[in-house]
Amino acid sequence: MIKINALIEVFPQLARGLGITVSVLIAAAIFSYIMAFAAGLCRLSKNVFIRKATSVYVEIFRGTSLIVQLFWLYYAIPMLFGIQLGSNWWTGVIAIGLNYGAYMSEVVRGSILSVAKGQTEAAIALNMSPFQRMRLVIFPQALRMMLPEFSNYTIQMLKATSLVSLIGMTDILYYGDIIRSANLSQAPIVYVLVLIFYFLLALPLIFLQRKAEEISKKGVASQ
Amino acid sequence: MLKPIVEYKDVHKSFGEVEVLKGINLDIYPGEKIAVIGPSGSGKTTIIRMLMTLEEPTSGDIYVDGKNLWKMEKNGEMVRANEKHLREIRSDIGMVFQHFNLFPHMTILENCMTAPIHVKKEDKEEVRERSIHMLERVGLGDKLNNYPSQLSGGQKQRVAMARALVMRPKIMLFDEVTSALDPELVGEVLEVIRDLAKHEDMAMVLVTHEMDFALDIADKVLFLDKGIIAEQGTAREVIEQSDNARLQEFLRRFRK
Amino acid sequence: MKWNWEIFFDAFPFVLQGLGITVGLTVTCYLFALLLGFFWTFLRRVPSRPFHWFVTWAMEFIRSTPPLVQLFFIYYAWPMIPGVGVTLSPFASAVLGLGIHFSTYIGEIYRSGIESVDKGQWEAATALNFSTYQKWRKIILPQAVPPVIPMLGNYFIIMFKEVPLASTVGAAGILYMANTYGARNWAYLEPLTIVGIIFLLLSYPSAIFIKKLERKMNTRFDKNTILENSQKGAVL
Ligand SMILES: Nc1ncnc2c1ncn2[C@@H]1O[C@H](COP(=O)(O)OP(=O)(O)OP(=O)(O)O)[C@@H](O)[C@H]1O
Ligand SMILES: [Mg+2]
Repeated sequence: MIKINALIEVFPQLARGLGITVSVLIAAAIFSYIMAFAAGLCRLSKNVFIRKATSVYVEIFRGTSLIVQLFWLYYAIPMLFGIQLGSNWWTGVIAIGLNYGAYMSEVVRGSILSVAKGQTEAAIALNMSPFQRMRLVIFPQALRMMLPEFSNYTIQMLKATSLVSLIGMTDILYYGDIIRSANLSQAPIVYVLVLIFYFLLALPLIFLQRKAEEISKKGVASQ
Repeated sequence: MLKPIVEYKDVHKSFGEVEVLKGINLDIYPGEKIAVIGPSGSGKTTIIRMLMTLEEPTSGDIYVDGKNLWKMEKNGEMVRANEKHLREIRSDIGMVFQHFNLFPHMTILENCMTAPIHVKKEDKEEVRERSIHMLERVGLGDKLNNYPSQLSGGQKQRVAMARALVMRPKIMLFDEVTSALDPELVGEVLEVIRDLAKHEDMAMVLVTHEMDFALDIADKVLFLDKGIIAEQGTAREVIEQSDNARLQEFLRRFRK
Repeated sequence: MKWNWEIFFDAFPFVLQGLGITVGLTVTCYLFALLLGFFWTFLRRVPSRPFHWFVTWAMEFIRSTPPLVQLFFIYYAWPMIPGVGVTLSPFASAVLGLGIHFSTYIGEIYRSGIESVDKGQWEAATALNFSTYQKWRKIILPQAVPPVIPMLGNYFIIMFKEVPLASTVGAAGILYMANTYGARNWAYLEPLTIVGIIFLLLSYPSAIFIKKLERKMNTRFDKNTILENSQKGAVL
C-alpha cells in the first residue's frame, strides 16, 4: 500500500530543510534564554521604571500571537529601522526569541521568588553581599527549578520554528509544502514525514525535559 | 571594667499596628552565655533577628562593639544604615536557625566553606581544613560530601552550627535550634552547644524552650514577657528568688 | 513604507470583520479540546500497560509536533487518503487540528486534577461503600475540578492566540483579513498592528481575570487545609 518509491523520493527533499529548522531553533533558543534572564531579573529590580518597562515588553509579547508578531516584524523591521536584516532567518529568530523570552522571563522571576526566604536569611547571617546572595545561594537553586520549564518551552520553540516557512524560510515544512503543491496526491506521505521529522527532533528534548525534572527535584529549598 | 559587646538601648519593634517589643534594654558582654526564655509570641526571636539585621527596629538603638548597628553617620547626621555599614558590623555575628536553612545545592563541606571564601576572601585550603575540623568537632567528619537532604534533622542542625562557627563570630545567636527536631535528636544538638559554651570564648544568645538545659549553661537568663524583659539575672536568681507570678507559672509548665 | 494613519483607520473596520470568525473559532476549538481531553484521560486510565504506553506516546507525538503541520495534514492530506478521506472547510479543519493538538494538554490537566485528590479520599469513599459513579460524582470530581479551573482558563487564552494559524488554510479571522487588506493595498503594517492591538485588548484582561480566579481558588482549596482535614478525618 505505502508507496516506498514516494517515500524514497520525498525524504531527501524534506531533509534539505533540516538545517534551517535546527539553526533557527538553536539561535532562537539562545536568544530567548538571554531575554528571559534579562527580563526576569529586570522585573525584580528595585527601580520602578525598569520594572514597568520590562513588564510592558512581557505583556505585549504574551498578549499577542507569535504568528502575528512574526508577520508584524517581517514588515515592520525594514520600515522602523530602515534596514533589511539581510534575511528572514533573523526575523524568525528574533520573533521566536522575543516571544518565548517573554514567557520564560516569568519562569525566571517566579523561580527566584520561590526560593525559600530562609535561604536569604542564612546568606545574610553569613554576611554575604546582596550580589553574593543572588549568585551563590538564590540563583543556583532557582536555576534548578527553571530547568523543566525551560526544556518544555524549548520544545514549544521547536514547534514554533515551523512558522518561518510562512515568511519564505526553506525549513522542513517549506519543502513539504513545495512537494504538496506540485503533487497533491503526495500530501499524506509528505505531512506524515514532516511530522515524524519534527518528532525525531523533539525526542532528545523530551528526554532532556524528563532529566531536568529529576534534577529539579533535588537541591532546592522552596517555599 | 569590661565593656559590653552588644547594647540594646530602648529598642521598640512593631509589626504594623502591633508593638511586639516595648523598650528593650540589654547589655551583652564578651563571652557571656545568655538564655532567653518566655512564652510564645513574646518577641524572643525578634530580639535576636534585629541583631542579625534581619529585622529593623522601629525605634531605639543597638550598638555592636560601640558602633550603632542600624544607623550611620553621613555629613554629620545620623541616617539609616546602608548595606555596606551593615556588612561591616555583621561580620561579628553568626546565627543558627530553627529550620537550619542549609543550602540544599551544596555539600555540607561546601555549606561551611562558601562564606569564608567569598565573604572573608580567606585562603581556600585553610578554609577547607578549618571546615573539616569544625565538622569533625560536631561529629560529622564522615559526611563531608553528603548533601543536606541526606542528613537527619539533628545532623543538619549540627552542620548549621559548624557553618556559622567557621566564620568565627564574636556573638552567636541560636533561635530555638532544637524545636524543629524529633525528640530523640535533641540531645545530640544540645551536647554540641554545651561543648561550645564550655570551650569557646564567643558570646552566645540562646532562645530556647529547653529550660533545664538553658538554666544549666547560661550565665544570665532573660525572661521575656509581653514585649519587655520582665526578669533577668543568673539562673539561680531567676528561678529561686523571683516572685514574678507569670515567670513562676511559666517555669512550672516547662520544667520537668 | 511609512506609518500611515489614514490606512490605519481604513483598515480597522475591514480587519474587524474577521473578529467573529476568530472568536467563534476559539470557542469551538476550545470546547472540542475540552471534550477530547476527557477521552485522553479516560484512555490513560485503562489498566493495560502496553495500551497505556501507546496512549502516552501518541499524546507525546501530537504535543511535540507543530500544530501548523497538523493543520496542513488535516486540510491538505486527509482528503487525499483513499477510503477515509473527507474534504473539510478551513473552519472545520482548524477545529479538528487545533482541537486535537490542545486536547492532549487539556487531558494532562484533567489528570493532574484527579491525581491531586488525596488517596485517603478514595479509600474513605470505598469505606463508605459508594458506587463507582457516586465516588466520582460526589467525592472525586468536586475536589478535582475547581483547582484546575484557572489552568483550563489559561488554555482558553492560549487557544485564542493559536487560532490565527487557521488563516494559513484560509479561515477568515482577523489575521486573514489583515493579510488580505495588505495584499490589496500593499500596506501590511497598519492592519497587522490592528490585529496585535485586538489581541492585546482581549487577552490581557482575560489573563488578569484568570489570575484573580487562581488566587481565589488557591485560598479556597488550600492543599494544606485539605490535607490537615483529611488527617483529622474531618472531610467526610
Ligand atoms: N514578620 C512579621 N510580621 C508580622 N508579625 C510578626 C512578624 N514576625 C513576628 N511577628 C509577631 O511578633 C510577635 C513576636 O514574634 P516572635 O517570633 O519574636 O516571638 P517568639 O517569642 O519568638 O515566639 P515563639 O516562641 O513562638 O517563637 C508574634 O506575635 C508574631 O506573630
Ligand atoms: Mg521564635
